[in-house]
Amino acid sequence: MAEMNMLHAINDALSIAMQADKNMVVFGEDVGHFGGVFRATSGLQEKFGRDRCFNTPLTEQGIAGFANGLASNGMTAVAEIQFADYIFPAFDQIVNESAKFRYRSGNQFDVGGLTFRTPYGGGIAGGHYHSQSPEAYFTQTPGLKVIIPRNPEQAKGLLLAAIRDPNPIIFFEPKRLYRASVGEVPAGDYEIEIGKAEVVKSGTDITLLGWGAQMEILEKAAVMAEKEGISSEIIDLRTLSPWDIETVAASVKKTGRLLINHEAPLTGGFAGEIAATIQQECFLSLESPISRVCGLDTPYPLIHEKEYMPDELKTFEAIKASVNY
Amino acid sequence: MSNATLTNETVHRVSFLDKASLHIPILKILQADGTTYENAVMPVIDKALAERIHDTCVFTRVLDERMLSAQRQGRISFYMTCTGEEASIIGSTAALDDGDVILAQYREHASLRYRGFTTEQFMNQMFSNEKDLGKGRQMPIHYGSKELNYQTISSPLATQIPQATGVAHAFKLQGKRNVAICYFGEGAASEGDFHAGLNMAAVLKSPTIFFCRNNGYAISTPTEEQFAGNGIASRGVGYGMHTIRVDGNDMLAVLAATQQARAHALEHNAPVLIEAMTYRLGAHSSSDDPSGYRSKEEEAKWEQHDPVKRFKLWMINKDWLNEKDDASAYEKYREEVLNAVKVAEKVPLPHIDLLITDVLDKPTPALEKQLADLKQHIKKYPKSYPKSAGRI
Ligand SMILES: Cc1ncc(C[n+]2csc(CCOP(=O)(O)OP(=O)(O)O)c2C)c(N)n1
Repeated sequence: MAEMNMLHAINDALSIAMQADKNMVVFGEDVGHFGGVFRATSGLQEKFGRDRCFNTPLTEQGIAGFANGLASNGMTAVAEIQFADYIFPAFDQIVNESAKFRYRSGNQFDVGGLTFRTPYGGGIAGGHYHSQSPEAYFTQTPGLKVIIPRNPEQAKGLLLAAIRDPNPIIFFEPKRLYRASVGEVPAGDYEIEIGKAEVVKSGTDITLLGWGAQMEILEKAAVMAEKEGISSEIIDLRTLSPWDIETVAASVKKTGRLLINHEAPLTGGFAGEIAATIQQECFLSLESPISRVCGLDTPYPLIHEKEYMPDELKTFEAIKASVNY
Repeated sequence: MSNATLTNETVHRVSFLDKASLHIPILKILQADGTTYENAVMPVIDKALAERIHDTCVFTRVLDERMLSAQRQGRISFYMTCTGEEASIIGSTAALDDGDVILAQYREHASLRYRGFTTEQFMNQMFSNEKDLGKGRQMPIHYGSKELNYQTISSPLATQIPQATGVAHAFKLQGKRNVAICYFGEGAASEGDFHAGLNMAAVLKSPTIFFCRNNGYAISTPTEEQFAGNGIASRGVGYGMHTIRVDGNDMLAVLAATQQARAHALEHNAPVLIEAMTYRLGAHSSSDDPSGYRSKEEEAKWEQHDPVKRFKLWMINKDWLNEKDDASAYEKYREEVLNAVKVAEKVPLPHIDLLITDVLDKPTPALEKQLADLKQHIKKYPKSYPKSAGRI
């Protein structure tokens, strides 16, 4: 075990995977010698050569299409999109191509070796072009897996699993935590199962569900609630698509209450999907309406970022409202 | 059906074209010492225009220097300079009519200044205060001014390129004698939007000026890793438009090229591509450290080609400026910018009600409710929301 921040953990995962798989390449804007604008790919070019870690021209559409081509021809491709806000030029290649390669060809072709890594989320005074959480656009697309880790140890294990999963994956990295989240990370090669949520803390009165950077918020809100005598069970969904209905439903059947928190706008956000499913699965166990604490239905603001954020205070208030319903 | 190609020569053995097949000369008018090349054909320029250009150069240098240090002091969160590229930006803007619409990438604040954006307006944007025309919604340097025909900056690169084609086309359909100019870096020219925008302009005949600042780097990526062809100019030719490559550190060359590009665009309803060869002297942005990807020697070499200095020397040679007045212009702006920082810092932030406006023309009922709930919440925890709590 070693202490590292999330960027180091990601870098470590990439390095281990490249070592083990000679067919793996890492690429994107500025990822070569410079190591990416956040330095997630630092040192990889020095270690593995320019053929295996390289800069691309500045074109997300090109990066995604190129990645599809590589992966369809037997390579393990790990592409970086510099900010999740800039994934949209690649949207067609991801949503219509990556996601449908296997299906449309009757499983003759697939791009299973493809992983897109991209920093997402706010809390960094980045305004609406450096703060978006676009996960729901992708969870609505059959054929993709969507993963979001909450800390360095999770990031390493989930990324290693993602790179080796035989399906195209979008791996959203909470940039707010890149340097801020530091923790013990196992040294060697390990994987965390995709599609499995984790009960991070058990409790009896309400289930708090989130992913990525918002897990911190849930933990803070749970501490506040604890002081009021409310016991929260906290679940990290980790994989949004396909998501672990079983673990969430079992928890809600136990606690009778569910609160979902995400940074993306409320309307059309992934919390809506979860709420609908859990309402179906757990109708008779629910003691209050499922609560959503999410971003507002506005673009991500700059000056009123704090107000926009589904923070611990808003979460705490929603916990109380749910328990006192 | 005709196939509109220009091939008229036939050959009977395989022979490929390559990037060297295309000879692209570079326009240079002004030399490093401020004299002009023999036989150089001058742009249309008089003393008043030269003074306006010089004034914009001085202001921009001062703004870049001061705001970068303000960023280092933590007074603003982010900044981007255009140091070294002033001739490309100001020289091209100076060739336009004030009614021509500018669609910039982000490094072209000098154009906005040339059009008359005030020091106070710059500060209001960078400090995201309640006087910011953009209502505090975007990071520093994302300026925009409807009054000055300068569309608000959007961060996603190259999106402005096909938009410029559309803006110019609107002018054409409306019968107005104006063009759209759009700026972009050689990095952004790799985006799909670049190709879409140029092709549409050429085919639909939109009077657009595509202005590429080829400044050597896109963040850390040097041009060799950005394109393998003959720069960006070769693509203009490929799309079938008038194209020129100019020395981007030469104010007079940029001015001359853009003046003629504009005339051509209006006369023929046709787009023009200008590729300005220049160098990004500073870091990519205040978040970047170029020492990780380029050498001090390289930077020092380019400092010899300082476009502001070159233009100053030209003006001095013409007796339109002297060293003393030049120095006092810097002094004047240093003070002006410093004072403006102090004022803008104290202006209140935009009101919380603006959080939900302009999403659509009117806030939806759902948004109204979200705001009302938020205000209730802030009233309960005023200390946690210091930017808005005092004014609910
Ligand atoms: C679609 C998109 N992808 C990535 C980015 C991140 N980014 C911002 S500036 C930049 C480099 C741009 O280089 P260039 O166009 O050459 O302009 P320069 O900064 O050199 O003036 C990148 C990659 C972005 N803003 N938009």
